[in-house]
Amino acid sequence: MTPELGHGAVIVAGLLAVYGAVAAAVGGRTGRTALLESAQHAALGVFGLVTGALLLLAYAFLTFDFSLRYVATNTNLATPYYYRITAVWGALEGSIVLWAWMLALYTLIVILRHRHNARELYPWVLSVMLGVLAFFLLVMAVPAPPFERLSPVPANGRGLNPLLEDSGMITHPVALYLGFTGFTVPFAFAIAALATGRVGDRWITLTRRWTIVAWYFLSLGLLIGGWWSYHVLGWGGYWAWDPVENAAFMPWLTGTAFLHSVMIQERRRMLKLWNIGLVILTFSLTLFGTFLTRSGVIASVHAFTQGTIGAFFLAFLALVVLASLWLLAWRWEALAAEGELDSVISRESAFLLNNVLLIAATFTVFFGTVFPLLSEAVRGVKVSVGAPFFNQVNVPVFLGLLFLMGVGPLIAWRRASRDNLRRNFFWPVVVGVAAAALFFALGVRSTLAVLSLTLTVFVAATVAVDYVRATRARRRMGEALLPAMGGLLVRHNRRYGGFAIHLGILVIAVGVTGSQAWSVQREATVQRGEAVELAGYRFRFDGLAAREAGNHFFVESTFKVTNGRAVAYELRPGKKFYPQEQSPIAHVDYRLGFIDDLYLVLGDFARDGSQATVKVQVNRMVSWIWIGGLVLTLGTVLAVLPERKKPA
Amino acid sequence: MTRRSLRWLLPVAALPVLALLAYGFRVNHRDIPSPLVDRPAAPFVLTSYAGEPMSLEAHRGRVVVVNFWASWCVPACYDEAPVLERNWRAYRERGVMVLGVDIQDTPEAARKFIDQFSLTFPNALDPTGKVSIDYGVYGVPETFFIDARGRIRAKHVGAVTDAIFRREVDRLLAERG
Amino acid sequence: MTRLLLLVFLVVAVPARAQPPATNVEDPRLYEVASQLRCVVCQNLSVADSPSEMAQQMRAIVRERLAAGDSPEQVVQYFVDKYGEWILLAPRRQGFNWLVWSAPLVAVAIGLVVFAVCVRRWTGRRRARVTAAPAAAIDPAMRERIRRELELEGDR
Repeated sequence: MTPELGHGAVIVAGLLAVYGAVAAAVGGRTGRTALLESAQHAALGVFGLVTGALLLLAYAFLTFDFSLRYVATNTNLATPYYYRITAVWGALEGSIVLWAWMLALYTLIVILRHRHNARELYPWVLSVMLGVLAFFLLVMAVPAPPFERLSPVPANGRGLNPLLEDSGMITHPVALYLGFTGFTVPFAFAIAALATGRVGDRWITLTRRWTIVAWYFLSLGLLIGGWWSYHVLGWGGYWAWDPVENAAFMPWLTGTAFLHSVMIQERRRMLKLWNIGLVILTFSLTLFGTFLTRSGVIASVHAFTQGTIGAFFLAFLALVVLASLWLLAWRWEALAAEGELDSVISRESAFLLNNVLLIAATFTVFFGTVFPLLSEAVRGVKVSVGAPFFNQVNVPVFLGLLFLMGVGPLIAWRRASRDNLRRNFFWPVVVGVAAAALFFALGVRSTLAVLSLTLTVFVAATVAVDYVRATRARRRMGEALLPAMGGLLVRHNRRYGGFAIHLGILVIAVGVTGSQAWSVQREATVQRGEAVELAGYRFRFDGLAAREAGNHFFVESTFKVTNGRAVAYELRPGKKFYPQEQSPIAHVDYRLGFIDDLYLVLGDFARDGSQATVKVQVNRMVSWIWIGGLVLTLGTVLAVLPERKKPA
Repeated sequence: MTRRSLRWLLPVAALPVLALLAYGFRVNHRDIPSPLVDRPAAPFVLTSYAGEPMSLEAHRGRVVVVNFWASWCVPACYDEAPVLERNWRAYRERGVMVLGVDIQDTPEAARKFIDQFSLTFPNALDPTGKVSIDYGVYGVPETFFIDARGRIRAKHVGAVTDAIFRREVDRLLAERG
Repeated sequence: MTRLLLLVFLVVAVPARAQPPATNVEDPRLYEVASQLRCVVCQNLSVADSPSEMAQQMRAIVRERLAAGDSPEQVVQYFVDKYGEWILLAPRRQGFNWLVWSAPLVAVAIGLVVFAVCVRRWTGRRRARVTAAPAAAIDPAMRERIRRELELEGDR
């Protein structure tokens, strides 16, 4: 019953979406509001049906309905109920359902928010959103049906991929997809602007919050992905430059560029062409990301590939890219305005450089990701492009971006006078130089680390300078300290939210720098009672224990950790043996700290527990990455608050 | 080209990228050409599960088929084991040797595998992985066809079929004269 | 201006190349070799990082060969001889592979050139427009006040 119901819902929703997309477009073109309204109703219907499908799928998982192939492949009788729920989006078909549901939700919100305040653009926005939805529903109907029947119905399922049995699994795809799908909205508005010829600033003003929110969720998704990689995958790293990671990173890079360059358009009415191009690029990259994950075109640890679905995604990607670029070329004249710049030393300049660097980074990552394919196509030789390449080539670009992050917010619009430069940058530069000397004196020898940390201090100092000066100005006008500080944040929440987001990025940068420069690791085979020493810590191997745990068999080792001071605790890395998996899954144990993370991975062991091979890592500053994420969150919340009217 | 028509370059410029991605569909990521073909096979000495020494050099002059497998390699190794046994029995009198190298495995599971298919050709565990790395093995099963002069002439990734076995071995036997 | 930026970029790029491997280890030569090699059973992890059994065995082989007197380059070459170029996590800087190694530099260079060209054109245009329109006579005190207001405004 369930398979038919679900599949039916998908097909009806798909047809409704196609109808709605066409009706909205025709209604927009001809001005017939009746058509537009029926398109709205269709959108509501789609939302209802997709929600129903999602709930039906969840229900099937919760009740062990193995008559659905998707349920049987991704869960078994021993899977705990919370993982059964997250298994809904744990593999290919379900992930599409989640994506479609989010798109439908966003469409609903667009209807509620914009049906009255974006009169001319709205019908086309709706049409594009429903069009994209229609594609994903098509994928759900044809190449990747979540409600496909399995017959005969097996007694037990295969089980969830053990790597996905984790809290990160609950949140990472959700956040990431909220980000990806969120960029559909600015894209829809951009297409609407091109279609109607209303290529002024209205579409940018309307989508500002959408862009920040989508960008934020993408950032969150990337950070959670890093966290998940760090504490589950057993290699002690948070970013491997895996092709699918890159595919999520690229829209983040162009999205960041877009966030900044729209500010130039808002202020100076320039870069209209560039901005539309950027948002088209960003949306195309999100599609490229989902194409990579599902097509197997480039080998990746994330790829859950299957059959013809890759062809569907590539075709849609091609359609979107070619059609958008064609529209862009068509409206070229209206967009290519006469740009004007007062001086190269200005905020406009800084933002433009920011864009240059971000797009260069995007190009580098893209080219590196597809280069193995290119090499095979041209030379017939398979090559790999991995972390050593990406780390090396991206570092200069990111350092440049760090620098701009300090310069951009404070340098004046139009033309920065010498006075302006001195007032804003004198102290940050002094503090920066002093910090560099300090780091060197403290023993930091890695040039990159010194450079990175110095720039971080410089940028933080620029934020401090601005905040202190503005607070002082308000105090001079009679306000008390705390209300002055708070009032600034509230009154100018966009600016200070932006600052806070920058600070979050800074904290993350410190975390990345520290972990790359100062982490240490060591692998050793120890007998019971013997200890491994690393970075002042002693890890004594105290034996093994084995037990049954729900859906797997768990071998756990015990290590007593001491560090010379009174601290002592136990870490228990182990291996999980799942019947459905060919090789055991490493269960990492770790202890997080502000500076030091202790990280243990169990390797080989003797059956009787007399000896074990263990990889010990002391990772430094990694927690700063997660803390930076928190700061980023607070900054985003501040930045998207509704703006208070400035007093006359 | 006028400035007006330059703008149409944009959509056109996207085409090569899309074409490259489409090319990706034809690529098989597990099929990596081996640089060892036509090079001398690395010698090895292991102890077979029957307790005897198993050496590649001892079979110089014969056509040798070296098969890398593991008991956890499901279903491919299970599919090809009867194929290897069958062909081993057919060719053993004609100057062909089949050697099985078991990697990343436990002796108990391996013995169970050998008994399940009643394998009569020698199989040995590669405890340190040195032999598998010497042969550039990146997955199981992988099979190497070595000629009478000790050169690797072909590498097959994935389960071996009767057709593949016979084709390669017959070719090398014919060369031997 | 562009040349200056490019110079700054290169200055930073050079130390980026010369950096020691990210994670220092008690056995730095082992880490140096192992971090260049791709773990063959994982996707995209290095032999140094991967927790898999195959990677563990590969690390043991690397250790053995280094102890036997091979240089790090020789050990790396040994693996390339057995597996082919794809075992290297970053393509060798030779021949066709220069395409991917030069991509970032080229991208930044093109970006900076475009930036410089646009800036030139836009500041020129602004200058032309401003000089074409005669400035209205403004009282100097008023002008000074306007300038200060603009700066404060510009700071926001």
